[in-house]
Amino acid sequence: MKELICICCPQGCHLFVDEENDFAVTGNSCERGAEYGRTESMAPVRVLTSTVTCEGGAISRCPVKTKDAIPKGKIWEAEALVKQTSIKAPVQIGQVVIADIAGSGVDLIATKEIGALK
Amino acid sequence: MYDLIIIGGGPAGLAAAKAAWDKGLTKILIVERNWELGGILNQCIHNGFGLHHFKEELTGPEYAARYIDEVEKTGVEVRLDTMVLDIRQTERKEDGLPVYEIPMAGKECGYTCELTKSVVLAMGCRERPRGGVVIPGTRPAGVFTAGAAQRYVNIDGYMPGKRVVILGSGDIGLIMARRMTLEGAKVLACVELMPYSSGLNRNIVQCLNDYDIPLYLSHTVTEIRGEKRVEQVVVSEVGPDRKPIPGTEMVFDCDTLLLSVGLIPENELTQGAGIEIDRRTKGAFVYENMETSLPGIFACGNVCHVHDLVDFVSDESERAGASAADYVLKKKAVSEAAPVVTKNGDGATYIVPQRIRPENVEKFVKLFFRVGRIFPKADIVLTSAGNEIARFHKKFLAPGEMQNIVVTKEVLSKATEELLLTVEEIVETEVGA
Ligand SMILES: Cc1cc2nc3c(=O)[nH]c(=O)nc-3n(C[C@H](O)[C@H](O)[C@H](O)COP(=O)(O)OP(=O)(O)OC[C@H]3O[C@@H](n4cnc5c(N)ncnc54)[C@H](O)[C@@H]3O)c2cc1C
Ligand code: SF4
Repeated sequence: MKELICICCPQGCHLFVDEENDFAVTGNSCERGAEYGRTESMAPVRVLTSTVTCEGGAISRCPVKTKDAIPKGKIWEAEALVKQTSIKAPVQIGQVVIADIAGSGVDLIATKEIGALK
Repeated sequence: MYDLIIIGGGPAGLAAAKAAWDKGLTKILIVERNWELGGILNQCIHNGFGLHHFKEELTGPEYAARYIDEVEKTGVEVRLDTMVLDIRQTERKEDGLPVYEIPMAGKECGYTCELTKSVVLAMGCRERPRGGVVIPGTRPAGVFTAGAAQRYVNIDGYMPGKRVVILGSGDIGLIMARRMTLEGAKVLACVELMPYSSGLNRNIVQCLNDYDIPLYLSHTVTEIRGEKRVEQVVVSEVGPDRKPIPGTEMVFDCDTLLLSVGLIPENELTQGAGIEIDRRTKGAFVYENMETSLPGIFACGNVCHVHDLVDFVSDESERAGASAADYVLKKKAVSEAAPVVTKNGDGATYIVPQRIRPENVEKFVKLFFRVGRIFPKADIVLTSAGNEIARFHKKFLAPGEMQNIVVTKEVLSKATEELLLTVEEIVETEVGA
């Protein structure tokens, strides 16, 4: 039995997930909690937000995010790749910075427009 | 002569500008002291913005970009790198409206004064610095507010330290615990004075628990040690009176202490203009249309009261911008009747708006407030002259989350002079055996 706090709404129900019994969830007040309890125990995912070096722009850091959530276990690998990455201005919002980051099937994209310095 | 000058180009100023333009004002100026629009959102690179407004989880810069794009499509003028220095009342009138003079200093405009018929205050807030909380010990380098650290890491690209203790469990502190960890720092502890965190559950789970960072509730930093740079901080448990308990000291070897101990609206300009300030919100007293005690001057966003969600900032600021337009275009009659004054009673720490002119309310008015402690279940009760006029059932009220209730014109018509809001806890009694 695993205990979790549901983060889907401010109520913060204490969920109990039974790994031996097909990840059955108890302690939830609504269906969203059951869903969260299951994914969080079976395959937790997170969106990674960070910054990469940006050259030739008005600012030297460009904020980035994974377009979708990636497996929690891949966060450190993904962040290590982010740290090695440098891009050149101009940058558009949504521009792919690293495709299929850490083999997650998800792209890392820029979240800010950065104009090139003249 | 401008119709409207907006001070601050963060989410509040941007939303106000767009709404005023849509309502028909054409001479609008946004003055922003930073080199870009977007305010604090530019450094909030994490996601979690816009869930209410865009039904999407955006990062701060993405949320800001949506509004900046909207404003760029209009004829709203923007002056960057320009700081407003004062707000002055003049003897002049234009179309019967008082004229205000706004002196400013900027990279391109130098020192100039602009005249305007209306003003929206959207200056945001600043963080409570170390002086705002009393921590004994030495005064070494290495003590930062969490927001300042956020700026160093996310915009300037350098790390303020390697071993970190965070005082305060507000959302900014939690977000920075994760951010510094990902960037290679060791976050040793997050220390909170209260028995509960003021941050969102999701941030505790995703920022602390995910990275095994301990959260010490009912604890505080009792000493900072170090000569030139922070070398150690001492953390002690506090009793119910929030006083440190001797003998509970823990010593952490660290080089950095981040403070996430609250935000204070930035109201020097407001006070200088002679606008009445509410002690509770530390922002201006506002009417139902976000107008302050000076006619034609409106306030919205964090300068009015501290918001935790930018979505509510946008909503409120759209109302402020639209009201400024109505005021300049004289869409609403000026009322002479005394307003209904809202009062926070037991369980509530403040209410916005503080004053309501019922004849200016079309269908309803939203009251925003915060509770003083955690209530699992409670009724929000409105009374006027001793009579209960409305009751709202709510669940899970916490000080960290701003609440709101919708008061219809009909309910409002039952209020005379004063409207008192109290929070009545509902204690569950076990039924059966
Ligand atoms: C660090 C931090 C993290 C946050 N995280 C989240 C989150 O995860 N999710 C969420 O929904 N909300 C979050 N918020 C809340 C939300 O971002 C804010 O409520 C919102 O940005 C407030 O908008 P604002 O326009 O009132 O203030 P600001 O964004 O602070 O903008 C005010 C602007 O006014 C300018 N200004 C001030 N004085 C002058 C002057 N005299 N002349 C010219 N310009 C001036 C400033 O430069 C600034 O650009 C966070 C807030 C902070 C501080
Ligand atoms: S289980 Fe449902 S009610 Fe409980 S916290 Fe999760 S979403 Fe909210």
